[in-house]
Amino acid sequence: MAKDIFYQTIAELSAALEAKQLSSVELTRAVIERTKAVEPRVQAFNSFDEADALAQAAASDARRAAGEARGPLDGIPIALKDVIAVKDQPLTASSKMLANFVSPYDATVTQKLKHAGAVLWGRLNLDEFAMGSSTENSATHPTHNPWDLTRVPGGSSGGSAAALAAGEAIATLGSDTGGSIRQPAALCGVVGLKPTYGLVSRYGLIAFASSLDQIGPFSRTVEDAAIVLGAIAGHDERDSTSFKTEIPDYRAALTPKRGPWKIGIPKEYFGEGLDPEVGAAVEKAVAHYRSLGCEIKEVSLPHTQYCLDTYYVIATAEASSNLARYDGVRYGHRSANAKDIVDLYYQSRAEGFGQEVKRRIILGTYVLSSGYYDAYYLRAQKVRTLIRQDFLNAYKEVDALLTPTSPVPAFKLGEKSDPLALYLCDIYTIGVNLAGLPGISVPCGFTAAGLPIGLQLIGEPFGEADLLAIAAAYERAHDWSKRTPLL
Amino acid sequence: MPYEAVIGLEVHVQVKTASKIFTRVGAGYGHEPNTLTNEVVLALPGTLPVMNKAALDAIIKAGLLLGCEIAPVCKWDRKQYFYPDSPKNYQISQYDQPICLGGSVEIELPGASRNVMGEHKKIPLTRIHLEEDVGKLNHGAIDSLVDYNRAGTPLMEIVSEPALHSAEEAYAYLTSLRATMIYGGISDCDMEKGQLRCDANISIRPVGETKLGTKVELKNLNSISFVRDGIAHEIKRQIAVLERGGTIIQETRDYDGMTGTSQSLRTKEEAHDYRYFPDPDLMPVQVDDAWKSRIRATCPELPFDKQRRFFEQYQLPYTLTSVLVWDRELADWFEQAVQLAGTEKAQAVGNWIVNDLLRELGNAKQTLAESKVTPAHVAALVKLIDAGTVLTNAAKEIFVDMAATGEMPEVIADHKGLKAAPTNTDELEQWCRDAIAGNAKALAEFKAGKDSAINAFKGPVMKAAKGKANPKLVDETLRKLLASM
Repeated sequence: MAKDIFYQTIAELSAALEAKQLSSVELTRAVIERTKAVEPRVQAFNSFDEADALAQAAASDARRAAGEARGPLDGIPIALKDVIAVKDQPLTASSKMLANFVSPYDATVTQKLKHAGAVLWGRLNLDEFAMGSSTENSATHPTHNPWDLTRVPGGSSGGSAAALAAGEAIATLGSDTGGSIRQPAALCGVVGLKPTYGLVSRYGLIAFASSLDQIGPFSRTVEDAAIVLGAIAGHDERDSTSFKTEIPDYRAALTPKRGPWKIGIPKEYFGEGLDPEVGAAVEKAVAHYRSLGCEIKEVSLPHTQYCLDTYYVIATAEASSNLARYDGVRYGHRSANAKDIVDLYYQSRAEGFGQEVKRRIILGTYVLSSGYYDAYYLRAQKVRTLIRQDFLNAYKEVDALLTPTSPVPAFKLGEKSDPLALYLCDIYTIGVNLAGLPGISVPCGFTAAGLPIGLQLIGEPFGEADLLAIAAAYERAHDWSKRTPLL
Repeated sequence: MPYEAVIGLEVHVQVKTASKIFTRVGAGYGHEPNTLTNEVVLALPGTLPVMNKAALDAIIKAGLLLGCEIAPVCKWDRKQYFYPDSPKNYQISQYDQPICLGGSVEIELPGASRNVMGEHKKIPLTRIHLEEDVGKLNHGAIDSLVDYNRAGTPLMEIVSEPALHSAEEAYAYLTSLRATMIYGGISDCDMEKGQLRCDANISIRPVGETKLGTKVELKNLNSISFVRDGIAHEIKRQIAVLERGGTIIQETRDYDGMTGTSQSLRTKEEAHDYRYFPDPDLMPVQVDDAWKSRIRATCPELPFDKQRRFFEQYQLPYTLTSVLVWDRELADWFEQAVQLAGTEKAQAVGNWIVNDLLRELGNAKQTLAESKVTPAHVAALVKLIDAGTVLTNAAKEIFVDMAATGEMPEVIADHKGLKAAPTNTDELEQWCRDAIAGNAKALAEFKAGKDSAINAFKGPVMKAAKGKANPKLVDETLRKLLASM
């Protein structure tokens, strides 16, 4: 039996569209129907606009009929995390603060996807302001893992991962500040790519931690990730931190003729806290690379133990500043009970932000305070430099690093009520953000209970073409991504 | 006990750029509220700042004009505080790595009289940095409205060392700084439009004491005169406090220029913790030599340098230079006219500009550019006078006409019969002979060696000529005739 249309890949669907075996309206309708069928259980979306999606699909079909199709994404339904601005669509960050906010402008990635002809479909749930690892911090509702609805999809881009795993979109975009793409991708059994810091414009991405945030794709295959990345990458004059670099043809770089590679195994990433089933699956992946003729080398990233602390100083410091704009003055939630301007700030922010967001704002405000700045923020920046140097040193010997993406598979909703326990979900992903490197999570098996396991590959700065090729070399020999959850 | 005041000034100057500092939306004054905004100015979710290079060009120029060291690398920091005029609730500024370091502002203190040059001093600067301006609050009876048109306008903060010692020095400092900014085309410095704003840090100490006293920051000094008056008032207030046996509290005070009083806004304990940290949305800026050279090529001569050159090159008196050099356009206009009239006529040209041109502009409420009088007009007029073709009184009349009509002076002189007479030397010679013949006493005195006796003949000649004779020609003719007698 042929795969359901909503579980096919961009590569397959774009070929079908190109061959006129399928129209974008048919495809989009199939995705909409699927979404309506499973969404009550998965709850990956904050909102979607059927009519708008179908109109985009019809426009795509018209282009194609006129011989003006724009490439592999033309007509493909792609849903975006609800922190990426789409003109005239809600932009809520899953926060009460922005519950009624509609963006009057497009993010740069949104513009690029529109330009590529993609059908922009729906606003995906997340941990409020991308702060969390389970999507339970959403002010609207938690999202459920399609592989086990009693479990979390990971986070913060839980909606992006779950929607894709449930067939509610063909690809999605998320954002990754400390693992928010890779960890939910691992927990939901899909591919998730966090690009090098500066490769994809952040313009129109609601900022959590500006020096760590990157937008990236969720997809069913490495090839699809390459297609979407090619469409959204590139310098943007509206983002001063976006890098001026040639964008290679990532899809063309996936040729099986490349390799063998030197792959580094950082010993600090296989210690205490690693679930044995996850560890075993990753070991098998290592064995596979060895079987391909790759040289496997143990390496050390000696400052790994400081990653979490460093991250929670820098990320919260930046967040405390970035979230200052949500004050109830110009837009967003404004308290009805305020007596004066100071009270307006207090009440609006007290009512508009959830617990975890408040916790991080308070922490970040503290570390930037007079008398504490040097001890926390400045020191964290110095450690960050050392962490980055660890990685760059490793790349003198290897082409990529291989680690588990998450120490554990998907956990139960409500299981980790202690914030610190949740912070530990990101121990393997956070260093990549601190170092500004590209990282990808690729499905590498399932637990006995049927929960997906992810393998993380970490590449050199702006080395996405190689990183994707290395990931594809594994994926080519495995069919994990062909499995779909029973919903 | 005699006291010495120690004053440092923080001056904010709005940089005149077409668009705002971190986004492509127009910058300007007097527009409908909230029309000079976009998603970046309003700090909508997801927006990012991008540096406007023109604002950097302007501050580099300011730094070069004031002799600052231009830092090879500067960076951006967030200054954080909540206030509705600040859309992001942080202001992008420069904290510990400003773009300009050191430098100085040359000032001239009042001389003994208006016609005498005063003492010059160089007031050292600490730094100049670039930041974004905030919006404006308009408080109504029951609500407050915010206008974000001004938000994001590039703003320079020029910080002096605590090296000023009187209200007069502060006044001279601001006057000179303002002229420098206008000269450089960096800002119009219109204080009414908030394009130049000044805060003063003031302390006093007994004369001879080297330790600084407790400083008070004075805010809302919104005209140069208010700066002078506010500082004078604060110095007096501090002396009175000390004389009473009190102590100065470190505080920020608000000066009301209308009533000439000040009141405390906040004390040191209530000071903000701005939680500065490097803005992760902006890259540090590297200013290389090529960039500096490009800006240096656009730097004009500053007023005091121009004044020294005018003394040297044109032998102008202080009074003329002190009018001419403070207005770059006027000084340039002057030099164009001198070029046409000849350097030896510079003072005459200067006098016509300062006395007549400025008067006519004032009467007609015109700018220099709007005037019908051009440097060529003034040069031509000066040449006509020099040649004896018109006399000074007639020339004054011609000037008024010139300003009204834009006709060249010779045309006006012909048309209105304002040329000196006679051109017929025979007639003049006859009048001179008659005058000498009519005053034997003066003739005898002149022959006896009293040169001034010649003046006695000039009245009758002028009378005969109905006042239109060229005095120089009359003098020459008389001398020629007297020599032959």
